Amino acid sequence: MAGNVQSCGHSTQLGVRGCRSESNLVRCILIATALMFLTLVLVLPLVLIFATAFSRGIGVYVSAFSDPDALSAIRLTLLTAAVAVPLNTVFGVCAAWAIAKFEFCGKNILITLIDLPFAVSPVIAGLIFVILFGSWGFFGNWLFAHNIQIIFAKPGIIIATVFITFPFVARELIPLMQAQGSEEEQSAIVLGAGAWQIFRRVTLPNIKWGLLYGVILCNARAMGEFGAVSVVSGHIRGLTNTMPLHLEILYNEYNFAAAFAIASMLTFLALITLVLKSLIEWRSARHLALEKQEV
Amino acid sequence: MLQVRNKKRVLPGFGMTMGFTLVYLSLMVLIPLAGLFIMSSRMSWSDFLDKAVFDPRVLAAYRLSFSSAFMAAFVNAVFGFIVAWVLVRYRFWGKRLVDALVDLPFALPTAVSGIALTTLYATTGWVGNLLEPFGISVAYTSSGIVVALILIGLPFAVRTVQPAMEDMEIELEEAATSLGATRLQVLARVIGPSILPSILSGFTLAFARGIGEFGSVYFIAGNMPMKTEIAPLLIIIKLEQYDALGAAAIGVVMLVTSFCMIFIINMLQFWSRRYQ
Repeated sequence: MAGNVQSCGHSTQLGVRGCRSESNLVRCILIATALMFLTLVLVLPLVLIFATAFSRGIGVYVSAFSDPDALSAIRLTLLTAAVAVPLNTVFGVCAAWAIAKFEFCGKNILITLIDLPFAVSPVIAGLIFVILFGSWGFFGNWLFAHNIQIIFAKPGIIIATVFITFPFVARELIPLMQAQGSEEEQSAIVLGAGAWQIFRRVTLPNIKWGLLYGVILCNARAMGEFGAVSVVSGHIRGLTNTMPLHLEILYNEYNFAAAFAIASMLTFLALITLVLKSLIEWRSARHLALEKQEV
Repeated sequence: MLQVRNKKRVLPGFGMTMGFTLVYLSLMVLIPLAGLFIMSSRMSWSDFLDKAVFDPRVLAAYRLSFSSAFMAAFVNAVFGFIVAWVLVRYRFWGKRLVDALVDLPFALPTAVSGIALTTLYATTGWVGNLLEPFGISVAYTSSGIVVALILIGLPFAVRTVQPAMEDMEIELEEAATSLGATRLQVLARVIGPSILPSILSGFTLAFARGIGEFGSVYFIAGNMPMKTEIAPLLIIIKLEQYDALGAAAIGVVMLVTSFCMIFIINMLQFWSRRYQ
């Protein structure tokens, strides 16, 4: 396999063009088509977000964040991420450890079940928790009797977000740890290391970049979730609005500058996520190349 | 077999991690999803069909959701192929940036892409402005929904095709060319068949995501009953009308559709692995 890859890179570099390359014209047309398409669906929206956010000056931009409703939305968003991300990170590490380091039957079914929240519509993710905890839901009466409110309150928002971001860390780690195998951990055991020591000294250094990316992506999604949160929130201003929900209210009130100011902050978060992802990929590619050289 | 048993004994933590995984998975995902099915099992069959299938407004919403998701997935399959091709095979200035940008819809909140696309494609927006003289309106119509779903599904289409293209063996193409095949013949007979499974699974992933998508579509659709009202939105409307059973019935239909999609995707991935 390695030989193939090498010869492929080799022949293109030497300029054996006839077999694998199109004429320059076709090449240019294809590149132009791809770039045009990406500009229309990705780049223009991105530019528009920042342009609109600052369209009425920096003063309006800043005041969009000093509004008490906006502040409470930011606080709730941070709280939601602060609960959902650590929970799903611990789960992701546990699930990846159990799946990658051990053999058991039903493994593929388990992986499919972990991926399930990806396939479920965000609205349905909200719906299932309304059905469980809503006033006419399964636990509705019990919750009412004990004066606990989950739906149309903060706990509902957090639970729905946990569901939506459930697979992110696990999904990054499982293939990574499966590819790495468990020889290193086995040697650590032979050398007398304990369980926690093995994880901290052997496994964690190996998976840290994948783990970091999973956590970042999970965080971006937790802060940006709209559909599921919108079903369970009840849209109470200053109480149960997250940043995306606050953005919706501003937008529907035709307060575009403020809406896009909030949007620009969420976009900034998404861009940081992408930069980190590229850095991590670049690092791991370099790491692989170095390993290959050593071999 | 012996090795497998050894592995199980050597490394610690199987019981604890597996136990936590199963408990957490059940509590957060399986039991809540089961609740939806239990809720809808309280309805009789005819009641369920009335609410989930035979209501004209619901039918119109399904039709819209499925057809827009299908069209968006198709556009993504075509352009996703071109983008992946360009990224894998050519060198051009800013390629790394373009490659990173493809993942943007994964990281960008759907509500943000929703309001951005709506503002862009409204008749007063940068692009909508240019389309208006031709009588094309995108925002607040069903084509707006397709545009939103193209953005949402794009990374799926590109990222499933890209690795398959990277893994293709150059020797096959060289052999075909040296036997006298033209470039188009190589594309149709050599490259096409070996990456078809990944194109199809990218299509299916984008389609599945498009059916359930809410945030971005909600802003651009205009949400008129019977015309631009997607199925997920109808669930929210039913909930607001305190029609929990109606919401659950639509939810069950959509959930079962998603399960079928997962099954198809798994089959496609199994198929594409056989090719490698």
